[in-house]
Amino acid sequence: MIKTLSQRLLGPVTLVLLALTFWLGLWVTPPDKVQGNLARLLYVHPAIAWVALYVSFGTAAIASALYLWKRTRSVVMDRVAYCAMEVSTVFIILTLITGSIWGRPTWGVWWAWDARLTSTAILGLFELAYLALRRANDDPDLRARRCAVFAIIAAINVPIIHFSVDWWNTLHQGATVFTENGNLLVHGIMLWTLFISLFAFTLLFFWLLRARYRLEVLRATRYDVALDEALAQRRREGVH
Amino acid sequence: MIRIALLVAGKDLRIERRSRVLLWQVLPFGVTALVLCGLALGPLHAGNSSAAPGLFYLVMLLVALLMINRAQVIEGSPGTRASVATLGLDPAGVFLGKALALAVELWLTGVVVLAGSVLFLHTALSGTLSALPSVVVTLAALAAAGTLYGALSGGGQGPATLLPMLSLPAFAPLLIAGERSFSDALHGGSLWRWWVISLVALAAYLAIGILLYGVLEES
Amino acid sequence: MVVLRDAVVLVGGFPLLSGVNLDLDPGTLTVVTGANGAGKTSLLRLLGGLVTLTSGAGTVSGVDLKSGDLRELRRRVGWLGHEGSFYDDLSVRENLTFAAKALGRPTEEIPRVLERVGLTSRTTTTAKLLSAGQRRRLGLAWLLLRRPETWLLDEPYASLDDEGRTFFDELIAEVVRSGATVVVSAHDPLRSSSLRPRTLTLAGGLVVGDVS
Repeated sequence: MIKTLSQRLLGPVTLVLLALTFWLGLWVTPPDKVQGNLARLLYVHPAIAWVALYVSFGTAAIASALYLWKRTRSVVMDRVAYCAMEVSTVFIILTLITGSIWGRPTWGVWWAWDARLTSTAILGLFELAYLALRRANDDPDLRARRCAVFAIIAAINVPIIHFSVDWWNTLHQGATVFTENGNLLVHGIMLWTLFISLFAFTLLFFWLLRARYRLEVLRATRYDVALDEALAQRRREGVH
Repeated sequence: MIRIALLVAGKDLRIERRSRVLLWQVLPFGVTALVLCGLALGPLHAGNSSAAPGLFYLVMLLVALLMINRAQVIEGSPGTRASVATLGLDPAGVFLGKALALAVELWLTGVVVLAGSVLFLHTALSGTLSALPSVVVTLAALAAAGTLYGALSGGGQGPATLLPMLSLPAFAPLLIAGERSFSDALHGGSLWRWWVISLVALAAYLAIGILLYGVLEES
Repeated sequence: MVVLRDAVVLVGGFPLLSGVNLDLDPGTLTVVTGANGAGKTSLLRLLGGLVTLTSGAGTVSGVDLKSGDLRELRRRVGWLGHEGSFYDDLSVRENLTFAAKALGRPTEEIPRVLERVGLTSRTTTTAKLLSAGQRRRLGLAWLLLRRPETWLLDEPYASLDDEGRTFFDELIAEVVRSGATVVVSAHDPLRSSSLRPRTLTLAGGLVVGDVS
């Protein structure tokens, strides 16, 4: 009952929260003293990056690890990993685009060799490679195993890439919401809008994941039907 | 595991020595790529360029891709793959052996490409020599990662084109760490943190390979 | 000992075997025949642990095909494919030494086995320079070194001359007499009358004929 209700409400609630985020972000909140209207990206970019780097990629990595562990190995884990990785790729691309829009007026260029930008881009390349690997193997079992291992390699690479690029070069804006002492830098309605956006984009991820997962189940059902037909045809070859 | 590793490494190196692909194809390719890098830098920057360490690692990445493909080709024919599969070898040992053989090949090529770097790009000999330990570690990490990616891309559609796509993002931190420590060595300094990146990557890839190489095997 | 029940093997969405039932006892020779694409090679690969069972059940040499360790199965059975060699760039002796060492077996027997398969004069020849028949003999040498309880020979007679066929027939007869289960895939029935094998005919990934 609760499960059905939450599944039904996921879409509408996501849409309402997203609409609320845009309304608050574009009309209600004031422009920033220094960055002006550009600061309104604060209600989109960090939330998208949060979903891309932590929520969706994390879901894909955990599902892959659970697939590799024999006790929890199931086709569900493989599908969740794949679907989450696909949604994550979209969010990574959006992160880079919104980051560039921020970077152009701030740094004067669309692309800067900033640590966080570079490491996000490398993670994006990992995700594209995952999708390429997904399409390179026909056998479902082998594909699932290889993709799971690759996702684990990508996950282990995240901190390695982070530190290497971080030590290499850093231009990125530092902590925005809190100071290093934990004091708030953003106040009132701006802070609320930021939190609502984080929540809204997280829900958006789960909504998209659910839709993508359903599509994958349909595709698998079609594949199974095709297999049954192929099997029946093969048997007819034997009988006649 | 170690016994199988040494056996597999010995076999791969013996085949390499006999086929002479490393000597006649990979090494000349490495030197050619380095000369092309010099040409790409232009006459003003080709000599004594600060880009030399980065170019060295770029060339080594390309060389590694060739060698990983080559290592896959050794087991490439369906007959060989199936025959070797009937041995039921310990996958962790196979991984370590193949990684060791690839590392040895990369080290040998690395020495030649480094010599080319001194000759063509005018990197200081003393600095280049002091960069050797970090080069050894970084190329070993490259070998361990490359062996994993070779197995990941093998047997599917277009393995030769899939391999660069899979491996280059993962080579990025190694490229950064290698380039930085080589640059530090050329300028007389040495920063431990670049070593740490290469060592952590090496340890991570060895651990993943030992634990998961068997999962990648084709059925 | 081989048992298969409704064995289905799907690879890349294509059914190679579509429901095979089979019981093979030790000390027997079974010839699997059928047209191209009937599933002969797939059946031998399944029994050799080289492809996984999609559905159904089966055991080979005491290893369960569904839940058992296929790597262990591969070590227990002897499978020989069309090509029948290990590494093209290694010599005959090096190939056998590698395989023997990989399984922790003594290498002293190699000369005797090479003599048995008639490859003594080719000991140092690189495998890629061997003829098809010689490559198959090299594969046999490896099986003789291991003496598995189940032998799976995939088209061992293809492109063999009369002498080669006779040699294979004799060797197979010897192995069967020693109590091993031998399965041979072939396009035509065996010529030698002394073997009296059971002949299974495959079509469409099914056993459609069984003559003892």
